[in-house]
Amino acid sequence: MIVGEQKPFDEIWEMVKGHKQLTVFGCNTCVAVCHQGGNKEAEILASLLRMRATQEGLEIEIKNGGIERQCEHPFFESAKELLDQSEAVLSLACGIGVQFVAEKYMSTPVYPALNTTFLGDVKQDGFFTEKCQACGDCVLGVTGGVCPVSRCCKRLFNGPCGGSSNGKCEISKDIDCAWQLVVDRLEALGKLDDYEKLAPIKDWSKDRAGGPRSFKLEDF
Amino acid sequence: MEIKTNSKLEKVLKGGHIAVSSECGPPRSSDASGIIKKGHLIKNHVDCINITDNQTSVTRLCSLAACIHLKNEGLEPVLQMVVRDRNRIALQSDILGAASFGINSMLCLSGDHQSFGDHPKAQNVFDLDSMQLLQTVRYMRDEGKFLGGDTIKEPPNIFVGAAANPFADPFKIRVPRLAKKIAAGAEFIQTQCVYNLDKFELWMKGVVERGLHEKVFIMAGITPMRSVGMAKYMARAVPGMDVPEELIKRLSGVAKDKQAEEGLTIAVEAIERLKECTGVRGFHIMAIEWEEKVPEIVERSGLYPRPKID
Repeated sequence: MIVGEQKPFDEIWEMVKGHKQLTVFGCNTCVAVCHQGGNKEAEILASLLRMRATQEGLEIEIKNGGIERQCEHPFFESAKELLDQSEAVLSLACGIGVQFVAEKYMSTPVYPALNTTFLGDVKQDGFFTEKCQACGDCVLGVTGGVCPVSRCCKRLFNGPCGGSSNGKCEISKDIDCAWQLVVDRLEALGKLDDYEKLAPIKDWSKDRAGGPRSFKLEDF
Repeated sequence: MEIKTNSKLEKVLKGGHIAVSSECGPPRSSDASGIIKKGHLIKNHVDCINITDNQTSVTRLCSLAACIHLKNEGLEPVLQMVVRDRNRIALQSDILGAASFGINSMLCLSGDHQSFGDHPKAQNVFDLDSMQLLQTVRYMRDEGKFLGGDTIKEPPNIFVGAAANPFADPFKIRVPRLAKKIAAGAEFIQTQCVYNLDKFELWMKGVVERGLHEKVFIMAGITPMRSVGMAKYMARAVPGMDVPEELIKRLSGVAKDKQAEEGLTIAVEAIERLKECTGVRGFHIMAIEWEEKVPEIVERSGLYPRPKID
């Protein structure tokens, strides 16, 4: 799923304080799982903004609402009236949702309340870790199911580097060395000999490097 | 053995001599006089001089320019090239540029992560990894082609090496990893600083068992300790460094003003012991900001005079 983190409150306030009316708009799927951008978080953030406006003596009408997903047209039906009447929208979606709203409402300012941080899993309650960078050419089949692009800080395809120490990455003792994990997995699979196969030079044209990507189902 | 390039290092190694290389870091300045001076301090005691490439991710005068400065002085530089800062276009371009100045040897590295350096907010590139850079140099040299497939009119004729760190984890893949670097095209290896001689010899045993020492020239990395503080720092803070407790105790056991001398003696003893280690074909002496001591280490280790190569 897509993981996001709410921006510092002061940064959010600086973006929106110039408006007379604002809708704080949640997205109740990915970023709700990480308790940052769901409809409940939108309600809380709207309350905090109202309090701040009162403290600073500013008259801003702040509403809140939300939908299941800000990245698909059909979900917007239920929020049409709310958004049509909004002077500005503070979206709690990931960067995809923020842009989707902006595209739909050409003349309405839309601000991001979150920093979209990564594609990750729920490792344990309240703990999310990065697992994919959508490089467009998955190699998990030959790396024991451990992604070197998102989990090695040098995205080495023939790791580990000389900085791997006690299973940890050279940049932080809090980060597992991805290649230690690859080696452990290959060993568990009885395929440690595969470690010596040289990984080919990556085709980064399928990654962000190749420009914005799209995918069209011809049958639709 | 067939000599493939004009690299002095290649000629020394293939001539059956124990090779000696050293290393100089370029300045954080546009004034190259310091590195030229360092080069002249050690030139008679080493076969070639590695020039580091923005080591520890701290921005410095570029390795290629520093190599050119040394080359212009008649010295033999080894271009270190990391894949952290340049994509395959820039890497290949710099390889051609190096070859055009008669820089005949290079060392392919991944490079320290930028979080260690002076620009932790920088993007990193890692378009290729160090093994793929080895493959690239060999492909350009041996096939006369760019990675994109186009022919290179005058291919770069460069002797190519890689680093190896026997002390990083997981240890079980450290010999296979060397095999992989050889398969990628490494012709010589300069290792991480060796302090834990027992572990290094254990790694070398695995290397010899697989016959890898006959496929690549392995040069053991030697860095003298200037003080017990440096030893403790390296043990604690430098990733992938193995500094045994006994070494720290030995340095602690001598007066502060004698620790540097003791550090040099430890380095000389390490070289003397590793000369006897099957498969060790040379030494890479990295006297960090202490280049003036390289001649003394080389002489005391019986590695002087250096062979004359045409």
